Amino acid sequence: MSRLTGMTAVYRREFRAYFSSPLGYVFIVIFLVASGFLTLSRDFGRILELRQADLAPFFNYLPWLFVVLVPAVAMRLWSEERKTGTVELLLTLPVTLEGAYLGKFLAGLTFLTLSLLLTWPVIFQVARLGDPDWGAIFGGYLASVLTAGAFLAVGMLFSALTKNQVVAFILGVAVSALFLILGLPQTLEMLGRVFGGFVEQLFSGLSLIDHFETLSRGLLEVRSLWFFALFTLGWLLSGMLVLDRTRAA
Amino acid sequence: MNAERGSSSDVLIDVNGLVKHYGPIRAVDGVSFEVHRGDILGFLGPNGAGKTTVMKMITGFLEPDQGSVAVAGFDMSTDGLEGKRKIGYLPETAPAYGEMTVDGFLDFIGQARDVLDVEAAIERVVEATGLERVIHQTIETLSKGFQRRVGLAQALIHDPEILILDEPTDGLDPNQKAVVQELISNLSSEKGIVLSTHILDEAERICNRAMIISQGKILVDSTPEALIARAPSHNVIRISLPADRVAEISERVESAAWCDRVERFADTMLDVYPAGGENRLDELMSLLGGTELHGVHLQEGRLDELFREITKGIAA
Repeated sequence: MSRLTGMTAVYRREFRAYFSSPLGYVFIVIFLVASGFLTLSRDFGRILELRQADLAPFFNYLPWLFVVLVPAVAMRLWSEERKTGTVELLLTLPVTLEGAYLGKFLAGLTFLTLSLLLTWPVIFQVARLGDPDWGAIFGGYLASVLTAGAFLAVGMLFSALTKNQVVAFILGVAVSALFLILGLPQTLEMLGRVFGGFVEQLFSGLSLIDHFETLSRGLLEVRSLWFFALFTLGWLLSGMLVLDRTRAA
Repeated sequence: MNAERGSSSDVLIDVNGLVKHYGPIRAVDGVSFEVHRGDILGFLGPNGAGKTTVMKMITGFLEPDQGSVAVAGFDMSTDGLEGKRKIGYLPETAPAYGEMTVDGFLDFIGQARDVLDVEAAIERVVEATGLERVIHQTIETLSKGFQRRVGLAQALIHDPEILILDEPTDGLDPNQKAVVQELISNLSSEKGIVLSTHILDEAERICNRAMIISQGKILVDSTPEALIARAPSHNVIRISLPADRVAEISERVESAAWCDRVERFADTMLDVYPAGGENRLDELMSLLGGTELHGVHLQEGRLDELFREITKGIAA
């Protein structure tokens, strides 16, 4: 008997659920408008003014956008199940807790990836400007998917922790933001001053934004891929433990 | 405890020494019983008695602190998935994904339960539960009665050997209740059904076995008929007669050897309590031969009386 029994059925249901209510469409519209604004704005990406065949202005702001938008996707995944009681129905089907949890995670990740793919016009835009670095573009999308997955795993834990979606959202945003802020040069410098070089080094290695930037430059470093894999897996496993404790509460 | 049980191969649910705490509260306290093929077991008890907690442990949603549950021979702590395949479960509030259509929801449950021909299964349960005219509607737009029926349909979609129904008729109007009760009664005798209810009339009507639970303990396990026979009003004879004869007849009946006591009420009515709760209608009629009576009624007894009697002082 597989530990992932029932994952496919849960995945299908969850993915369809994004499009059986306005939530999915609203999310996609907000994401496209916000990412477009950040890319084009004179105060942020300035992609038109820079006139370079480079998608860095687009990718640079995506982690910050994800800090707000991904917890909005994650918040309902378990909170709603617990609030409406469907968690009891779901977990008394021949579905393992791992299968249900990963089915929901993969459905959310597929939805976020789909939203990202809908930004394809921006690729055409840079291709018109010159000869872009396709490796960097691929790396940027890969880094974005991995970041979305990491924040989704964070948000899912808080969704499993509380029946209140608003609380799950706020905690998801706060913790995701913390992992970005910890990697900022200013934060690292301050940590170095207060706690010494070792702590600065440690947090630099754990900096999500560092690994994001490495990958989005087209450098597929194994260290960065491992970081995202372990970060996401750690939050997923913790979330499963939390759900196992809270499901009947 | 219940007599006349089937062979061990007919044991569909074997509950042994279940204990469950919620913080300092011992919600279930050493509950043990078996459910056999053909049983429709009514789980009766006041609110907070532990009925739902026991059901949640049978279905594998909750793990017991002590004790074990075997479903169709599968130990739920080690072979939980196999056990879950054998169970159809309707949780207390019949939860469902409100944004889904009825057929979409049933399709999901069928897929999750690895039903081979999901379309045929949907057709079968939709017909059995009378959901034809709402099949393409989203669940959140349905009345409470239809939502219950959707819950029943999902519990039946894999034609399970075991059905666990937590208050299947709660909140339904009388017509809807009758439909659901008939549906449960008509389910194959090859199944073992456990249903919780605090509607005692329902247990009388559809169950062939009744269990009273209070403060996490089983107090009685018997047939509804046997329970009714223990009710205080079982075989009590109510007679209605002219007001000027009440005192004299009351005295005459009370002096009979088979009579335990007579209670007078409403000036023209007497309740005659036979000793030992036996049927003494014939004796009463020969004793009152020739007396003008306005009416005589032999009471069968009511499960709710016994329920109140047993749980009196126990339930908060």
